[in-house]
Amino acid sequence: MTHAIEIKDLHKHFGMNEVLRGIDVTVEPGQVVCVIGPSGSGKSTLLRCVNLLEQPTRGKVLVEGVEITDPDADIDAVRRRIGMVFQQFNLFPHMTALQNVMIAQQRVLKRGRKEAEDVARTNLDRVGVGEKAASYPAQLSGGQQQRVAIARALAMSPDLMLFDEPTSALDPELVGDVLAVMRKLAEEGMTMLVVTHEMGFAREVADRVVFMDGGVIVEDGPPAQVIGAPQHERTRTFLRRVLHPED
Amino acid sequence: MTDQSVAAEPGKPRLSPRKKQQISRAVQYVVLVAVVVGVVLYADWTSLAQNFAKPDVAEKTLPELFTIALKNTIIYTVGGFVFAFLLGLVLALMRLSTVRPYRWISTLYIEIFRGLPALLIFLMITFLPLALPGFTVPGGTYGQAILGLGLVGAAYQAEVFRAGLQAVPKGQTEAARSLGMSAGRAQATVVIPQAIRIVIPPTTNQFVSLLKDSSLVLFLGVSGEYVELAKFGNDLASQYANATPIMVSGVTYLLVTIPLGHLANRLEKRKVRAR
Ligand SMILES: Nc1ncnc2c1ncn2[C@@H]1O[C@H](COP(=O)(O)OP(=O)(O)O)[C@@H](O)[C@H]1O
Ligand SMILES: [Mg+2]
Repeated sequence: MTHAIEIKDLHKHFGMNEVLRGIDVTVEPGQVVCVIGPSGSGKSTLLRCVNLLEQPTRGKVLVEGVEITDPDADIDAVRRRIGMVFQQFNLFPHMTALQNVMIAQQRVLKRGRKEAEDVARTNLDRVGVGEKAASYPAQLSGGQQQRVAIARALAMSPDLMLFDEPTSALDPELVGDVLAVMRKLAEEGMTMLVVTHEMGFAREVADRVVFMDGGVIVEDGPPAQVIGAPQHERTRTFLRRVLHPED
Repeated sequence: MTDQSVAAEPGKPRLSPRKKQQISRAVQYVVLVAVVVGVVLYADWTSLAQNFAKPDVAEKTLPELFTIALKNTIIYTVGGFVFAFLLGLVLALMRLSTVRPYRWISTLYIEIFRGLPALLIFLMITFLPLALPGFTVPGGTYGQAILGLGLVGAAYQAEVFRAGLQAVPKGQTEAARSLGMSAGRAQATVVIPQAIRIVIPPTTNQFVSLLKDSSLVLFLGVSGEYVELAKFGNDLASQYANATPIMVSGVTYLLVTIPLGHLANRLEKRKVRAR
């Protein structure tokens, strides 16, 4: 069976700063893998290397068996199959929610207007913001914007989804709506690589949890092990800080 | 400290802020009235009217004020603006290019043409035929004027475009690219439409600047059917030994520049609201 994502000995430098120092991760089809770790540990960089928003310095990334780090790979074709959800939503502010979800279908997949609109409405309904189709992003709450962003990615029928702290920019009372959508996606069998600080979500939804620190993977295993019974002191320190920030 | 020093002067009543403001306003009105009265009493109104607003001289500016002078001002300005717009766009894209020599060339151009007085550029254009024997600017006087305004305007317009493109957050391009759009497609559907909204108000202001700078065409030594508002006013003023034609062209400039300035302000406000 081909892996959904296979990352081998991935290194990434920004100038003199070595942000990723040899990362190995595999994600199987249908799996949900959560990446946790302190800020600055390289989680976003790792995710961004998977759809080549960052060019790795060394190492390989294979998506469904295709080496995307090959210089001859068609990056646009690879990205079409990978949905990405950003911390800051990054909706297009000059388009309505509906247009946001339609535009790439029309311009990239060359779907006709009618089909693109049908697919867009289906996906907006799927994430619970169907009645906001005609609204501009500025008229939506953060939680609604993030759900439109998820619909925008889903409308491309991706084989896997990357989430970079999708709830970190949200007011606390709006986090639940977005997590519920992600949970439903996971149940439907979507392959997901999720950077998150939501330990409850990681514990309940993830098949595996990866703990990163200082550009390396410190622990990788089922949530009951990594979150429930961490082997490493660095993991324990991090979890203590995340789970009991008041102490 | 302050409390003590206030308490130390019990005899001096402290003014409330409101009272202070009233006094300050009263003083300002007194100064204003004094200046106005002074001007009204001491200015020689008959002489001023004779020299700057003489109806029969004003009448002599018609119809050429509109059929020649304003028409030419508009031709020079619009021509220079189109030139500046296109060259400015190229310069801005060069300035943001990943190819380093493009960035150098663009930066050099912008620095030079923003740093020089526009007048100097016009004077140099008149010497072009000397520098390049056999070369003539296509379009004659119109071509020379449009070239001068365009070269200067492009440097400013390039900076307007660059600021507009850079004001679109990087996350917009990233979102478009991660949906599978090519770099060019992402620019065209996501970045440029947003940049255009951002640059419309400053571009309107640029147009107003060019309109005023078109008066420098005077230094190209134009005459007859090529004169624009400034030259036209100046020529008639010399002919009648009276400044009224200059006033008339001034008012004509204002008829165009003031509404455009307000339009730019309105667009700016709308942009702020849309965000
Ligand atoms: N484009 C970039 N240029 C330079 N340094 C970067 C860039 N992106 C990230 N970094 C650096 O890489 C490190 C890891 O960043 P990031 O992957 O965003 O961490 P995390 O998502 O875990 O907080 C940080 O020290 C950050 O400053
Ligand atoms: Mg991050």
